[in-house]
Amino acid sequence: MSNATPALTLSAQHLKRSFGKQTVIHDVSLQLHRGEVLGLLGHNGAGKSTTMQMLTGCLTPDSGSIAICGIDLLREPTLAKAHIGYLPETPPLYKEMTVADYLTFVARLHGLKAEAAPEALALALQRCGLNDKRNKLIGTLSKGYQQRVGIAQAIIHQPAIVILDEPTVGLDPTQIREIRTLIRELGNQHSVILSTHLLSEVESICDRVEIMQNGKLIYGDTSARMQRYGQISGFTVSLRNPPALSELQGIVGVTRVEQMTAHEFRVLHALEHNPSAELLTLAAQQGWHLEQLTPLQTRLEDVYAKITDAETSHAGESN
Amino acid sequence: MIKLLALRELRSLFSAPSTWFMLAALQFIFAWFFLARMDAYLELQPQLAQLANAPGATASIAAPVFNVVALMLMMLIPMFTMRAIAEERRNQTLPLLLSSPLSSMQIVLGKFLGLMLFLMVLMSSAPLMIYTLQLGTPLDQGLLWSNVLGLILLSASYAALGLYMSSLTNQPVIAAISTLAVLLGLWLADISSNAPDSPWHMFSPLFHFQNFNFGLLDSGDAVFFLSFSSVFLLLAMRRLNNNRVYG
Repeated sequence: MSNATPALTLSAQHLKRSFGKQTVIHDVSLQLHRGEVLGLLGHNGAGKSTTMQMLTGCLTPDSGSIAICGIDLLREPTLAKAHIGYLPETPPLYKEMTVADYLTFVARLHGLKAEAAPEALALALQRCGLNDKRNKLIGTLSKGYQQRVGIAQAIIHQPAIVILDEPTVGLDPTQIREIRTLIRELGNQHSVILSTHLLSEVESICDRVEIMQNGKLIYGDTSARMQRYGQISGFTVSLRNPPALSELQGIVGVTRVEQMTAHEFRVLHALEHNPSAELLTLAAQQGWHLEQLTPLQTRLEDVYAKITDAETSHAGESN
Repeated sequence: MIKLLALRELRSLFSAPSTWFMLAALQFIFAWFFLARMDAYLELQPQLAQLANAPGATASIAAPVFNVVALMLMMLIPMFTMRAIAEERRNQTLPLLLSSPLSSMQIVLGKFLGLMLFLMVLMSSAPLMIYTLQLGTPLDQGLLWSNVLGLILLSASYAALGLYMSSLTNQPVIAAISTLAVLLGLWLADISSNAPDSPWHMFSPLFHFQNFNFGLLDSGDAVFFLSFSSVFLLLAMRRLNNNRVYG
């Protein structure tokens, strides 16, 4: 499968889908290249899961086309699906089976020969850190381990495309870090699509990001460039003995100050010039009693707001 | 692929404690009835010996036992078929099958085959018990095997119906009750219509089993069972396809 896999592993064109009268997906087009990790970012209910269900053949789109490694998913579903590994929102686990039996079953289900299965099993167990759980019943595992079994079943047959629906939900921080490393590794050999509502996840593992809102893709670019969108230069500062607002505004580099509570201020500044050092010296000199200084965290909302702002200003006339 | 699914289905059936309990209870009922029939036969035997063309042991013990098994299967098969697809849906494991390179036909046939293998294990106790009679008396092999064949065809039609009902819902209990309702309905319509040419006889699987029970192999009955099973299997495949269309 190494050289035969075309550079474009997945191409979905103009997908539309409605449930009853409600249109859930409006004209979504996605492309995925080999060795790429694509993040599908959006709030709950934005249509991420529905899109993924369509890409894996669990749901037929009302219109549009999907090609997996050049094979039409709607016309030749069995051929195309052999190249997909899919972890749905709820991992599809048979609780009464042991980990090893279950993974072997999944591997065979995806067309692996009986002789090849043990090797694939060993690799998947090792990659997902499940070696010491192989003979446990899935039902007895903790949620985090069940999630790992879910990831293992998506990658055991070495598919060209791995589709993961919120893979890190329900894991503890260490496990999240491990799973992210694993996904990054997968990205070297396979194409990966993962959905998430966490901005940090996209920043740390994805090469490219598509932001989804109300069933539309509102933004698509490399994740490095998206981070620029998200970047807010500023910090919140709490002073026990605060000066007048104008005094804070007077500091070189500060563009805007908002008072949040009696003691807390939100300070925005220019990207090139960070005034926090000056603020610190001033606070010490004037006795403002600085208690806390926290850089502003980028929130998905901010990115959305910026992106939608940018969109509307671009397409101002057409509306 | 179909074999793989069938074996998994079989395994999941055997991994449930309730299955073993039902197997044990069923075996107890079969054995009880078998012994009761044997008792009655032994009591009547002196009188039967005086008749010119008396019914043999197979006709007087085996046939009624098989008839009871057929009736019991009507009540029990819904319990085993109910989980087939409904539980996959409820546990959200259906996406695994839908996203794997399998057609709806393979999924349905795999499940059906797994159920049939299980039901054969379940039913096998009846002919085995009857074969113990061979220690004392020759058995009518033809009658015995026509009953076994009839029972397999009958359970295939029940299982196909149960599988379809299971594909309609995500509540196994609803699947079981609706399967039972249809089977009981067909049976009651059959036994309550007195006219011999009533169309209700045509639709009742148990009615078609009667000929097998008497040792009559009628191709019409076999065609009924095969078409009854295939109609519901096709409907189940259609339902799975619709699952992709309607979500």
